[in-house]
Amino acid sequence: MAERELKRKQAPSTREEPAVEETPATAGQGEKLKAELDDLLDEIDEVLEENAEEFVRNYVQKGGE
Amino acid sequence: MAVPKVCGIETEYGIQHVGGDGNPVTSSSLLVNAYVAGLSRAGWDFEDESPGNDARGFAREGALPPEVETHLVNAVLTNGARYYVDHAHPEFSTPECADAAELVRFDLAGEEVLRRSMRAVASVLPPGQRIVVYKNNSDGKGNSYGTHENYLMDRSVPFSRIAHLVPAHFVTRQVFCGAGKVGVETPGAPADVPYQLSQRAEFFEEEVGLETTLKRPIVNTRDEPHADPRRFRRLHVIVGDANRAEVATYLKVGTTAFVLAMIEDDVFGSPDVVPTDPVRAIRQVAVDPTLRTTIDLADGRRATAVSVQWELFERARKYAEHHGYAAVGGESVGADVLRRWEQVLHGLETDPAEVAAQVDWAAKLQLLQAYRERHGLSWDDQRLAAVALQYHDLRPERSLFARLATERLVDPADVERAVVEPPRSTRAYFRGRCLARWAGAVAGANWDSLVLDLGTDPLRRIPMMDPLRGTADHVEALLDQCSSPADLVARLSGGEREPRDG
Repeated sequence: MAERELKRKQAPSTREEPAVEETPATAGQGEKLKAELDDLLDEIDEVLEENAEEFVRNYVQKGGE
Repeated sequence: MAVPKVCGIETEYGIQHVGGDGNPVTSSSLLVNAYVAGLSRAGWDFEDESPGNDARGFAREGALPPEVETHLVNAVLTNGARYYVDHAHPEFSTPECADAAELVRFDLAGEEVLRRSMRAVASVLPPGQRIVVYKNNSDGKGNSYGTHENYLMDRSVPFSRIAHLVPAHFVTRQVFCGAGKVGVETPGAPADVPYQLSQRAEFFEEEVGLETTLKRPIVNTRDEPHADPRRFRRLHVIVGDANRAEVATYLKVGTTAFVLAMIEDDVFGSPDVVPTDPVRAIRQVAVDPTLRTTIDLADGRRATAVSVQWELFERARKYAEHHGYAAVGGESVGADVLRRWEQVLHGLETDPAEVAAQVDWAAKLQLLQAYRERHGLSWDDQRLAAVALQYHDLRPERSLFARLATERLVDPADVERAVVEPPRSTRAYFRGRCLARWAGAVAGANWDSLVLDLGTDPLRRIPMMDPLRGTADHVEALLDQCSSPADLVARLSGGEREPRDG
């Protein structure tokens, strides 16, 4: 119950508006990105460090802040 | 009225020296030196540094003066930034920026400086060696390094008010500015977590404190204003992740400026959205990429991080209606931050994949899931850890982030310019322009002063105690009129002590 109470306060005036027209930057981008992701996966092995295990194991960062 | 949220970001970069001797201090020094050798630059001036001062009103015994590592390279650049070796990492501190949009540009300039450094050092390293830089915050083995934000605040704001209220934002903003990581790496963390929103969240153990490396606090109390301490405070924020996605950096800074302005003007409203246990809550939020986890709030309710963000967004919108945008970057930036804030919350509610072009953790998760499905990997497969790490690789030919079609906010030509030219909107303009014109005469510089060597005793220190003085509007004409640093000093001491008018 408590969760709903807080959620009801969400952007009441704008949330009624058509989100697709209001948000051209993000709307439908999920699908587009997925297609591009497939292309990336086709070529990712050429880019990835050769030995994943060794690469991850050797990445050690000590000290800082 | 809240002071304008002048801001900056300090990034400690991860560094890997393949074929090196394993000493990250040496590797970092090689990298930074390779870049700054031959540039117009000045040494950093450690006068007046006091990282041990606590905003709660005391100085930590033994913390002063600062450790001065004069043997390590520490340079001020013509864009007003500081580039140096901080213990075991190369660190780039942006110049002071007037708003989130400008800061994104200079954060990207920092990435470009690191890229140029990698190219420069490649030509001096022995065959078979290379130094690679990663913009991230953890090595996956329990070691974390920081990306610290800084915001200008009015000294008259009681620190206790900031410390009480700001966790509402710091705990929940990771839903759009977390950089994402595979697994967990701290003692006591739940073992069955495949993916987290934030690189840093699990490293926070205290609610409020002075430390930055042990017992890290969500609200850091370092009281070192780098400005007139009677008028200003600098809120040093250590809880954030380093972002590759430009919109994520923009939202991280832009929304935080709003929340701090509301706190400063004492119109934050009810503290009902503050988590009862911020340390527990920041971890709870981090380990749930479905965003459904609820956290305990001060008034007894439980809510998701996204719904707390909706509440903060609503308050920020009302704040803008009544107080305008003067403190949050002016209308062009402030209104745009609100628009994007709303947009990203809508997207997160619909499906995090919808904001993969804006939010690092969502972009990385989408990539990992796709790779995992294609190869049938379990979450603890090292190939996934490798993909996650290589997301942050700064080399254009190796960076997986660079291959994703994320939304860009800054023209690459503007980033190139920001590598050498300072922002026009803060005192960084004065620092950077003096250095560009008279590098030989700048004996040292730091955030709030510039020391000139005129060839006659004594050295002349020019104070810059107000981050909003020394802008292009104030000093561009003056600098154009000056034929030498001595001329500049004469004109400044003939009128005002600080570089304010032309």
